[in-house]
Amino acid sequence: MTDILSDTEARKHRDARSALFERAGGLRNVPLAVGLILPLSLALVWELAVAAGLSSGRLLPPPSVIIQTLGALWGQGDLSGHALTTLWRVLVGFGLGVAAGTIAGAITGYSRGIARVLDPTVQALRAIPSIAWVPLFILWFGIFELSKITLIATGVFFPVYLGTMDAIRSVDRKVVEVGLVHRLSSPAMIGRIMLPAILPAYVTALRSGLGLGWMFVVAAEFMGASRGLGYLLIDGQQLGKPAQIVAAIITFAVLGKLTDSILVAVTRPLLRWEDRFGQRADSRAAANRQEVA
Amino acid sequence: MLSIENLSKVYQNGTHAVGGLDLSVEPGAIVAIVGASGCGKSSLLRIIAGLELASSGVVKIDGIPLDGPHDRIGVVFQEPRLLPWLTVKQNVGFGLAHLPREERLYRAELALLLVGLSNKANAWPRELSGGQAQRVAIARALVSRPDVLLLDEPFSALDAFTRADLQRHLLEIWRGSESQPTMIVVTHDLDEAVALADRIIVMRPDPGRIIAELPVNLARPRHRAQPGFDAVRHRLVALLDRRSADAALRSA
Ligand SMILES: Nc1ncnc2c1ncn2[C@@H]1O[C@H](COP(=O)(O)OP(=O)(O)O)[C@@H](O)[C@H]1O
Ligand SMILES: [Mg+2]
Repeated sequence: MTDILSDTEARKHRDARSALFERAGGLRNVPLAVGLILPLSLALVWELAVAAGLSSGRLLPPPSVIIQTLGALWGQGDLSGHALTTLWRVLVGFGLGVAAGTIAGAITGYSRGIARVLDPTVQALRAIPSIAWVPLFILWFGIFELSKITLIATGVFFPVYLGTMDAIRSVDRKVVEVGLVHRLSSPAMIGRIMLPAILPAYVTALRSGLGLGWMFVVAAEFMGASRGLGYLLIDGQQLGKPAQIVAAIITFAVLGKLTDSILVAVTRPLLRWEDRFGQRADSRAAANRQEVA
Repeated sequence: MLSIENLSKVYQNGTHAVGGLDLSVEPGAIVAIVGASGCGKSSLLRIIAGLELASSGVVKIDGIPLDGPHDRIGVVFQEPRLLPWLTVKQNVGFGLAHLPREERLYRAELALLLVGLSNKANAWPRELSGGQAQRVAIARALVSRPDVLLLDEPFSALDAFTRADLQRHLLEIWRGSESQPTMIVVTHDLDEAVALADRIIVMRPDPGRIIAELPVNLARPRHRAQPGFDAVRHRLVALLDRRSADAALRSA
């Protein structure tokens, strides 16, 4: 967040950071494609090993078979159908979770009083591994869309709630005073000071929420679905089709990455002002948070 | 005319930061406030600015009691406190949201011109040096043409060269503005007090109050080698010394 330090201190930080930045510059110039070397080589080795008869490739099919399967699934219009179903579930669950998490987090962030009433309960609920809700959600909402979306929204809710509450609480009092001396009305204070100040932390919270949404959609689709990528996973397991499983996993990865990138791209213009070490540190932090969650 | 009558501030933890302080400042005057750390200078300024409630007493502008932040009062803090998500020009225009866009931008540009930073109008605050950032903060406070400008140790975080530069700048801007605002500058730099002020107020803690006042009748523009400068400075040192001598007696 905006650390408003004393002036010289702030400058010292800036200098230290730009020095770090320059040192990392060597790495920054490496083309992005180098990240592909390792997975592509592994895939190639596996392909050759199966071709040479060193392995049957029955449990883990070689890349060529997976690509064929992906192609076949796509050709039948199956893959896009399943992927769209899953994507739709994630987006609806994400939307609901974000709305609920933002509202609840905004209220507890603003009001210590309400936080004292509400937050302990939310924290207690958060301690429950969300998958443990599955049986209850099925009893309450049936095995169709409602229970799935509720589960996904539950997963998305917590990081968004926590992120919003923390972000609001950690807005620098000094920045708020700038708003006060300019006599901002409450709506203007929210719009012109609070919202921009919390935006970076909020976007991070949204990204964590989205990551959890993708995790929970798998659990949701395991609880009896007839469509969706999770269904493809179960179906592949029951019918002994590992290529289909891997194809579904790859589609998950692509969609997860794609939606995250879209979220980042949409919010980037709003965060141009940030003074940060770099995107690299960003995504690492986001990834760590996801693991923790 | 800014007048402060019998102003007291007791914080919730019982600290008696300001105790029964009276002060009037005629329009357009520059008043410096000096005194040991903790003697209530910032508390006094924050009450005038409307950021802190007085425990008793009133602050009036032209006889009208203030009850919160006021649009005739501008504030420059010790840190620039620029909003990092706004460009320099947007920061300067922050307090002009009620004006039409053109007028707002025109005034912001004019203010930036005054502080010599037109070329940074579209920069982000993070791209400024400490001195530049504080100049932007001064421009932001001046752009709404306040009658009273409060500055709480505005240059104390800067190196000596930048500080002298900004003092000169501040006076130029002050002289150049169409209605010269009253300025109240808190500082712990005695040279700064003598260089800027028409009157120097010396405060003492427990509770914060005024123990002495020193008029400065030196010609402007002032500089440290000017005849009379050192004399004023010496009297100030003596006043502050008496203060610390008293404090030593009291704690013995
Ligand atoms: N928000 C606060 N709550 C409690 N005590 C405070 C607060 N702000 C300042 N004080 C106390 O009031 C006294 C005067 O502080 P301050 O006005 O900051 O002095 P100065 O600016 O002259 O150094 C000090 O003893 C300080 O500890
Ligand atoms: Mg102070």
